[in-house]
Amino acid sequence: MLYDHILVRYGEISTKGKNRGDFIECLRTNTAYVLRDFKKIKIQAKHDRMYIQLNGEDWRKIAQPLKKVFGIQSFSPVVKVKKDIEAIKESARALLAEMEPTGKTFKVNARRSDKSFPYTSNELNQNLGEYLLQEFPGLRVDLHDPDIELLLEVRNDFVYLTSEVIDGAHGLPVGSGGKAMLMLSGGIDSPVAGYLAMKRGLLLEAVHFASPPFTSEQAKQKVIDLGKILAEVSGQFTIHFVPFTKIQQLIQEKVPQSYTMTITRRMMLRITDEIRKKREGLAIVTGESLGQVASQTLESMFTINEVTNTPIIRPLVTMDKLDIIAIAEKIGTLPISNRPFEDCCTIFTPQRPATKPRRDKANQYEAGIDFAPLIAEAVAGVETMTLKAGQLSEDPDIAGLL
Amino acid sequence: MIYLDNSATTRPYPEVVESYAKAAQQFFGNPSSVHKPGIQAEQLLRQARKQISSLLGVKPGELIFTSGGTEGNNTAIKGIAYTYRSRGKHIITTSIEHPSVTNVCEQLKKDGFDITYLPVDEHGRVKISDIKQAIRDDTILVSIMHVNNEVGTIQPIEEIGQLLQNYPKIFFHVDQVQGVTKVPLDYYQANVDLATISAHKFHGLKGTGVLFVREGIRFDPLLSGGGQENNFRSGTENTAGIVAMAKALRLAMEASERKIKRMKEIQNYFFTELKKIPEVRVNTPLSFCAPHIINFSVPGFKTEVLITALSERGVYVSTTSACSVQRNEPSKTLLAMGLSEDLASSSVRISLSFENTLEEAQTAMQSIRECIDELNRVMKG
Repeated sequence: MLYDHILVRYGEISTKGKNRGDFIECLRTNTAYVLRDFKKIKIQAKHDRMYIQLNGEDWRKIAQPLKKVFGIQSFSPVVKVKKDIEAIKESARALLAEMEPTGKTFKVNARRSDKSFPYTSNELNQNLGEYLLQEFPGLRVDLHDPDIELLLEVRNDFVYLTSEVIDGAHGLPVGSGGKAMLMLSGGIDSPVAGYLAMKRGLLLEAVHFASPPFTSEQAKQKVIDLGKILAEVSGQFTIHFVPFTKIQQLIQEKVPQSYTMTITRRMMLRITDEIRKKREGLAIVTGESLGQVASQTLESMFTINEVTNTPIIRPLVTMDKLDIIAIAEKIGTLPISNRPFEDCCTIFTPQRPATKPRRDKANQYEAGIDFAPLIAEAVAGVETMTLKAGQLSEDPDIAGLL
Repeated sequence: MIYLDNSATTRPYPEVVESYAKAAQQFFGNPSSVHKPGIQAEQLLRQARKQISSLLGVKPGELIFTSGGTEGNNTAIKGIAYTYRSRGKHIITTSIEHPSVTNVCEQLKKDGFDITYLPVDEHGRVKISDIKQAIRDDTILVSIMHVNNEVGTIQPIEEIGQLLQNYPKIFFHVDQVQGVTKVPLDYYQANVDLATISAHKFHGLKGTGVLFVREGIRFDPLLSGGGQENNFRSGTENTAGIVAMAKALRLAMEASERKIKRMKEIQNYFFTELKKIPEVRVNTPLSFCAPHIINFSVPGFKTEVLITALSERGVYVSTTSACSVQRNEPSKTLLAMGLSEDLASSSVRISLSFENTLEEAQTAMQSIRECIDELNRVMKG
């Protein structure tokens, strides 16, 4: 295999003006982290392209994780050639020879960012095309739909040759947009919301509410497994488990049935906001989608949202359920979310929750109960866990067996 | 003792047996149960699946745990054949497959399937052009082994996969039982749809194996029941056996690059030394051969005699494959390679593991020379 580098094209970073340097550095760090198992590679992030020097690693194996890194528009395995027309011809010939060109059609597509190069793009196309036709008698030209498209990027330092362009994950590098808390239930929506928020550059930490013994160990394991998938995107992923049993029991006891859901959500939001302050986040991300369930009507959102003025980001707010499921399937969270274990949202679901809860009533029901010490207790009792990408097991008993 | 019959089965690594015992005792819960022992077993199983999938370079959901090679081959071939019979009833395979492929095909014949058995060249390899020619409109499956169990020939799986990409309706199954850990194969790159492996060939335990099924492919199960293994293979999971397999695969693969090199050195030693004996013909091809198999014939000798004589000296080899020795037939593979009945009936297979040493090979060679000399005297006298 001739390819010696992967050339990475930036996505929206290119438009970020003064912050560009920070964005590129963020992308470089994330890429290095995701590719850390490939010991031989070297990553060089330049102003308009990033180059991954392969040093013998198989580019196809690197392509798999690279496709998931946000902030990358596309990438190509390339041959790096010095800016000399004879050297370019020779490399192009060698590259084509590997692709069994007999009987195939091709075209050359040169792009020149270095305008001082003595050949224009068109001259390069013609020059190389003619040369390759001579070298490979079985080859034909097809400018519209060729089997092989030989791409040439003439840049300031070198010329890069490739025949493949692989689509990246697009978006912005994770962490380039600040930190937020993700309310992660274990259902289908919240991991997708997290994924989409990360795609816009946010660094996320998850908050999960557990109410043992009403919720099981498996429900917790589900959240951990979802976290591991999100860790594949950002390198690592932190989850805060909030002990929520006492508060839920108190709500069940004191609040009229129709408002238990609303009050529960308000408590969750308050606690998440407390954790956000401690972790220095600037927003809360949820998987809410307008009208999906009783807690997600506009009236519910209005009443629940009353407890904080922290920005709440709802990436799924206008999406249809089927579209959300399609993303969950694509990113691999769907089978985990589908595991049938109760979480604290489903376990105490009232028969007839108010679909149009009112702020005044919610406040009235909360007024008689002293939640403050319980909120403090819940925040103090948070169990925090950081998952790393590719981590096999936190359980030493299991690791030893394998 | 010098054990050189590793293509029949290998001795399990001690660490593997240890893991098995621990897992069997401490994680005995049924992975489908929702109480603690069940959950723990399920977690362990999930980790084992993840480890095996990452070692094989595939996704965890693409693995079906089976009882071994025979079940893997049966599940894959019958599953595809019966599920897609409305598309066509033609299957292409080779004339040198393991009986767990050939006899499945023979069974399918009775149900009206049409089987093409491709010939092989003198090295035991199928020709791409033969496959191309055999493909028909009603072909639904091509099943070809990765490494031949009798002579060690490596089949051109990547090229076949490339060819079959032009036929999107044909499934491609690879019996990789002899190849895994010894001859690298990237299922995705080779466009393999289904692949069978078995743990006891790489120092795991009997009764465990994996069938790789590429994401998106569905077929009816051989074993129906509680819906385990994504409904591909029902039956309570063999947690401890699967854990042992995960460990064996990791141990075998971690060391494989270095150990394959040593294996090749030992194999070359056998080739060189065997060729010095005038009565011997080496049947394993020198190119396209796996590093662990050395097949040779001593025409005029009944194979069993030689094997028994070697066994008395503590050197354990086999005739052709363990599965066919009982029947005392000439080697199907050698006949297919164009060898005479005499040569095909007098073949001996040495098969190495990562554990064998050059010293063992030297002792074994000495015994082989002695046996041939001795038998020569008896036969002549």
